[in-house]
Amino acid sequence: MSALINSIAGIGRRTLEGISRMGYATRFFVSALLHSGTAFRRFGLTIREIYFSGVLSLIIILVSGLFVGMVLGLQGYETLETYGSEEVLGVLVALSLVRELGPVVAALLFASRAGSAITAEIGLMKATEQLAAMEMMAVDPIARVVAPRFWAGVISMPLLAALFSATGIFGGYLVGVVLIGVDEGSFWSQMQSKVDFQDDILNGVIKSVVFGIAVTAIALFEGYDAPPTAEGVSGATTRTVVTSSLAILALDFVLTAFMFRGIS
Amino acid sequence: MDNLVEIENVSFGYGERQVLKGINLTARRGQVIAIMGNSGCGKTTLLRLIGGQIKPSHGTIKVAGLEVTTLKQHELYQLRRKMGMLFQFGALFTDMSVFENVAFQLREHTQLPEDVIHDLVLMKLHAVGLRGAADLMPSELSGGMARRVALARAIALEPMLVMYDEPFAGLDPISLGVTGNLIRKLTDTLGLTSIVVTHDVQESLKIVDYVYFVSEGVIEAEGTPAQIHASDLPFVHQFVHGEPDGPVPFHYPARTYEADLRLGA
Repeated sequence: MSALINSIAGIGRRTLEGISRMGYATRFFVSALLHSGTAFRRFGLTIREIYFSGVLSLIIILVSGLFVGMVLGLQGYETLETYGSEEVLGVLVALSLVRELGPVVAALLFASRAGSAITAEIGLMKATEQLAAMEMMAVDPIARVVAPRFWAGVISMPLLAALFSATGIFGGYLVGVVLIGVDEGSFWSQMQSKVDFQDDILNGVIKSVVFGIAVTAIALFEGYDAPPTAEGVSGATTRTVVTSSLAILALDFVLTAFMFRGIS
Repeated sequence: MDNLVEIENVSFGYGERQVLKGINLTARRGQVIAIMGNSGCGKTTLLRLIGGQIKPSHGTIKVAGLEVTTLKQHELYQLRRKMGMLFQFGALFTDMSVFENVAFQLREHTQLPEDVIHDLVLMKLHAVGLRGAADLMPSELSGGMARRVALARAIALEPMLVMYDEPFAGLDPISLGVTGNLIRKLTDTLGLTSIVVTHDVQESLKIVDYVYFVSEGVIEAEGTPAQIHASDLPFVHQFVHGEPDGPVPFHYPARTYEADLRLGA
């Protein structure tokens, strides 16, 4: 009986802890937004972080994009061939990438490549008292460390997603046109006529901006909130990857439901 | 001589645990004072209270006549520009070179031209004997060197107060002497006031003007190094001579040994 009561009390306690952590995370996020002045006034700080989270993620993004596109080309051709409509392969590859796979897969890769690095870096800065030292030097770490990284993530994410989609389409072209021999003219012209700028491309960009906000905010918060010990930081890094991956997939469903419901 | 730091009746606790219980402490301008006590007695907490990073549950803390506990964020930041703090392991920014670490506050808080910053930084590094290490990264420094760079960084804006959190921890005897001498020399030449938190009795008694002993959250004893050496208070005697047992017991509180071994029941 007491075990049952204890477990119920445990659920209650964890729920309360979860809610208070959520509140803390929200306050952290709002304060990062309010202290963003430095990130723009001294844009060099943000550019530096764009290099670390964006440019250094390029390799994994480009290589993955190429392979995803090549797989799409193979799989798409297999299916379309059954209906004798290989010429729409370009449309299939482009729409899959621009609407879904580009933003989502790029964000998942970004979370594991850049998000985990951000969490580990901030967590270690906290563990080695660098953030406390900054505070004692009358420099707000939220403005100086957190905000530039946040905006760097938000700026990098859509660019990475666009590059992912572009190399993906090139991969689809390599497999579909160069390897299998789908007609090149119809591959590109069908793609041009069927992919809509606003409905497809712009919605994809909006998605990746939202994912960029979510991943970077989660990564920064987990780092800032990490217990200042070795296992604290490693646990926080893991949580960043898990939480932001789930957040990306959940947000993707919600966004897709709103964006593409009424489109014929 | 007036008092730069005045702490009156300050109490502080983490949750249920009372760390400090009614501390009174003053630091006069130009003095080096030491706060000593065994590990975990709340020495570092005291420094964080003076820096306004945490607020006491009770009491007042005045720095240069300003009540730290009631300052608004920007006023506190204004005050902190006149404080330097040396963290236990230096807390250098690992992504910046030694030069950039020392230049950090100059870049953040002043509009000085680049060549002036360059000269100022090299002067500070020269004062700690590390002008030649300006281009190294923190990962390339030994523990003692990192501590000295952090000291150069702490005095970059010519503060009126510098606080040192365990500046002697983990240093070899040479670095220990160097660091101790630097603290004394910089305090005298720059007209600083220094508060050193430490448990290194021998090294700190050589350089300080006044000592406070903290134990169990209260000031157990205070005095000049000469008074401390002459003190016959049991706690001070145990601490200064490093005796394993005494007022600070060797054994963590427990049931009786017999009861734990289930003897004689």
